[in-house]
Amino acid sequence: MAGRWKNDLNWSDVTPKSAWLNRRQIMAGAGALALGGIAGPALANLGAKPSRYSTVEEPNTLEHITTYNNFYEFGTGKDDPAQNAHRLTTDGWEVEVGGLVDKPGTWTMDDILKGTTLEERIYRLRCVEGWSMIIPWVGFELSDLLNRVGVQSGAKYVAFETALRPDEMTGVSSRVLDWPYVEGLRLDEAMNPLTILATGLYDEPIPNQNGAPIRLVVPWKYGFKSIKSIVRITLTDDEPPTSWNKTQPREYGFYSNVNPSVDHPRWSQATERRIGGGLRARRIPTLMFNGYGAEVAELYDGMDLAKHF
Amino acid sequence: MDLAAPINSALKRVPAWPLYPLGAVPVVWILWQGLEGKLGVDPTKAIEHQLGLWGLWLLIAGLAITPLQRFAGIRLLKFRRAIGLLAFFYILAHLLVWLVLDVQIPSLIWADIVKRPYITIGMAAFLLMVPLALTSNNWSLRKLGAARWRRLHKLTYVLAPLAAIHFVMVVKGWQLEPIYYLACVVGLLALRLVPKRLRIFAAPPVRS
Repeated sequence: MAGRWKNDLNWSDVTPKSAWLNRRQIMAGAGALALGGIAGPALANLGAKPSRYSTVEEPNTLEHITTYNNFYEFGTGKDDPAQNAHRLTTDGWEVEVGGLVDKPGTWTMDDILKGTTLEERIYRLRCVEGWSMIIPWVGFELSDLLNRVGVQSGAKYVAFETALRPDEMTGVSSRVLDWPYVEGLRLDEAMNPLTILATGLYDEPIPNQNGAPIRLVVPWKYGFKSIKSIVRITLTDDEPPTSWNKTQPREYGFYSNVNPSVDHPRWSQATERRIGGGLRARRIPTLMFNGYGAEVAELYDGMDLAKHF
Repeated sequence: MDLAAPINSALKRVPAWPLYPLGAVPVVWILWQGLEGKLGVDPTKAIEHQLGLWGLWLLIAGLAITPLQRFAGIRLLKFRRAIGLLAFFYILAHLLVWLVLDVQIPSLIWADIVKRPYITIGMAAFLLMVPLALTSNNWSLRKLGAARWRRLHKLTYVLAPLAAIHFVMVVKGWQLEPIYYLACVVGLLALRLVPKRLRIFAAPPVRS
């Protein structure tokens, strides 16, 4: 694993400068409105610090990351979120933090970001459908927020909930899932330094279709665990329900760790197709825990991961 | 007045053969878009999906011909062979894209066919289409005889629902689009059970 991580990596180090600048230009100005419905003045650089947890792999382009999404609240097509997510209003966004915490309450985005050090985390994202990307998220460790609210001793799990706004989220009229979208982590998973709350992408505020203004990123789990547009975080002593598990329990377990040796009934998980390779893209072997085993494998010591999938 | 009559007289003048070159246009267009990078960031999946969708549309169009004749009096029977063969070629192209561009690894192909129910069902639908495509010619009709040929081609009633079920199963969750197609196929098959007396466009009998 030693060769995989680099302590002072920034995404500008792994991307040719021309492409890096070009992506900045794409994000700037009117183009951003189409991509994410973000107001022009909000596009200030976030000035995120590099992270030792970043992968050295070449990130996908902004176009890949912002036009190929699963965000069923805005439609089931991969391009639906990019087309429809501009309707989501993120001004005055609040996140309610409650349950088994010392300081329950409702936090504005300013409250959440006050005093946090934003880091750039270039992570692999692996979708259960068998495709993957490399994404330069900007965010902070979830443990920072949990430590600020004070986790009580009885807490064992963290539950998350996505906003539910039928007037803005065109996809919720379909009953493909039981809305609102909910997800959960075991407390030790939530406290792991790899688990972040992302508020940015490519050093800019996160576009709506990628989960604005705040989303979870858990890089060793399949993408659907990384819940978007969070409005509620609840500490609990019971395993929380999760949307895909409620819909199809035989196909989606609570843990949903990336595991090439445990196949999903619909898709082999042994290999993946990296988005951006075009028609000539070769399949690549999927890594256990998406390549983050050194950091997270001990969380599952003694567990049968075929049973606890 | 029989509303079907002018439609039928117009259709009489239209030969079936132009359907073949016309039917090839979408596949060429889809592949060209894929090569030009105009199908988004995952062109393999886009091509695979669009070819499969065209195959399903053509299967549904083929199934609609008998009900249209029975209930609306519109005679499209001479186009059915072309529509059926085009459906087969689109589904064959869909399968080839899946094999060559998507799965890529030969050892995974058989495992996928056996282990993934949606692929098992899709492959079953395709295999049922093969004898129909091979016998969609006058020589086979003469060789088999009309009764045996007709019996063989009733396999369409099995493979079309299988193709629609394949689409329902391939997507995450219960999505509406594939369910609509399945309902369409089931509806067109159910219409075959309705008594022949019903006619939509036929003029009512004149009482003197």
